[in-house]
Amino acid sequence: MMAKSVVWLLGLAPILWAGIRFATDGLGANPIEEALHLAGRWALVLLLTGLSVTPLRRISGWNRIIKVRRLLGLFAFFYACLHLLIYLGLDQGFAWSFIVEDVVERPFITVGAGAFLLLVPLAVTSTKGWIRRLGRRWQRLHRLVYLAATLGALHFYWKVKADTFWPLVAAMVLAGLLLARVPWRRLRRTKG
Amino acid sequence: MLIRKPKKISESEITPYEMYLDRRKFIGQAGRVALLAAVAPGALVAGDLTGEEAEAAVIGSQGDELTPFKHVTEYNNFYEFGTGKADPARNAGDFRTRPWTVAIEGQCERPGDYAIEDILGRFPSEERVYRLRCVEAWSMVIPWMGFPLKDLLAWVQPTSRAKYVEFTTLHDPDQMPGQRRRVLDWPYVEGLRLDEAMHPLTLMATGLYGQELPNQNGAPLRLVVPWKYGFKSIKSIVRIRLVEGMPSSSWNGLAPTEYGFFANVNPEVDHPRWSQARERRLGEIRRRPTLMFNGYADEVASLYESLDLLRWF
Ligand code: HEM
Repeated sequence: MMAKSVVWLLGLAPILWAGIRFATDGLGANPIEEALHLAGRWALVLLLTGLSVTPLRRISGWNRIIKVRRLLGLFAFFYACLHLLIYLGLDQGFAWSFIVEDVVERPFITVGAGAFLLLVPLAVTSTKGWIRRLGRRWQRLHRLVYLAATLGALHFYWKVKADTFWPLVAAMVLAGLLLARVPWRRLRRTKG
Repeated sequence: MLIRKPKKISESEITPYEMYLDRRKFIGQAGRVALLAAVAPGALVAGDLTGEEAEAAVIGSQGDELTPFKHVTEYNNFYEFGTGKADPARNAGDFRTRPWTVAIEGQCERPGDYAIEDILGRFPSEERVYRLRCVEAWSMVIPWMGFPLKDLLAWVQPTSRAKYVEFTTLHDPDQMPGQRRRVLDWPYVEGLRLDEAMHPLTLMATGLYGQELPNQNGAPLRLVVPWKYGFKSIKSIVRIRLVEGMPSSSWNGLAPTEYGFFANVNPEVDHPRWSQARERRLGEIRRRPTLMFNGYADEVASLYESLDLLRWF
């Protein structure tokens, strides 16, 4: 299927591109920071892309697009895992006392860890078997993605020192995607 | 130590870094005394530090290898040219550093507008190898060229009312694209207590790696205070003012709970969002412990004997 190939390309391009950059200029002066940021950024971008599938489907009427949603979510989780591993291993050198201190004392890390923990059950239950087993509860469980994306955007916003431009862009996109899910028509009807 | 055998390299790969190391090797062969004279005459003349102390402070301790020229000039925090680390190298190429005037103002006997050529001619350039510790927990080792700020201050003669020195960066949004957005309250300002400014380690840098200061590193004239976080070392200075009260400083004004006026490197006072106990030396993978006053405690700790460093971070 066309759309799925596009998502595979989209999902693999960042890590391939990072590999090429690593081979040519070593990812710059601070490659660990660069890799950490790239993985974090792509986790968030792919999460937001995944959240745009449903509104897009509603607007365009292109129903089969729903088929790429799981893949987008899994790629987002892949980059979140990479981000976390880079942080734990390369950035912190598995210095657990520093890592625990970070998670406990620094709200931006706490919030990032929260986002990651929320993504884990979603990735685990993304298989056909789990969807069947959970039935209606599956949908309710997967609404956690709204919270995960919100915490991810907050993590990004709290991380920057002064230049909030890109975190605000991410927050606005997320706000738009969440607002698109509010059942306005039903709300108006019940108000009478 | 700094003097290393250059590895075999092809002609095309020769960067100022390798050429520089070659030159250092030559100086090394010329002898220790010559090296000391080359790197620390200011400190020697000052008499505040013994020759050995000056050498240790200036050259840096063992295990401090110079950060490659490429990293020093391509990984910069200079928000006037953009907030990304690579932005300054990209955007500062056409920055005009001539003509350039430095206004010296306030509580001193010789206020006035001085052409950069006057300043460079008056204070001969010497070399100082310093560690630079950024508040973001990364660090470099840079061979600066420049002159001690105290020489300039001695020349302009602060009055008895001068207690602080305030520095201002150029404000020119036409040339400095980063200033077109209000990320910080432009122009960038910084300040030092007068005794900090008079300390023999405090440098007015005019070059690095034996060449003129690249634009992205704060040409044509910048401050270097090696025991403080990098943001204190204000770049592209157009005004130096001697004042009675503690001047404002840009990052302190933006987020006073995160960036203090003193901003001394201190592994025991964390930034609210990250630990300051360790740092990544560019080019290394594992973090290394951050040293009190960035390793210059022997030289500068006495400045802060009566200061509560937890409160005045
Ligand atoms: C346990 C989980 C996590 C930890 C420990 C963590 C840690 C970090 C750290 C240390 C940074 C760099 C901060 C800096 O350079 O100042 C960062 C940046 C970032 N993280 Fe995370 N993070 C986690 C989870 C996540 C998740 C789940 C997402 C996305 C949904 C995410 C998205 C980002 C983004 C977008 C950035 C900024 C990248 C940039 O500046 O370009 N993080 N994170």
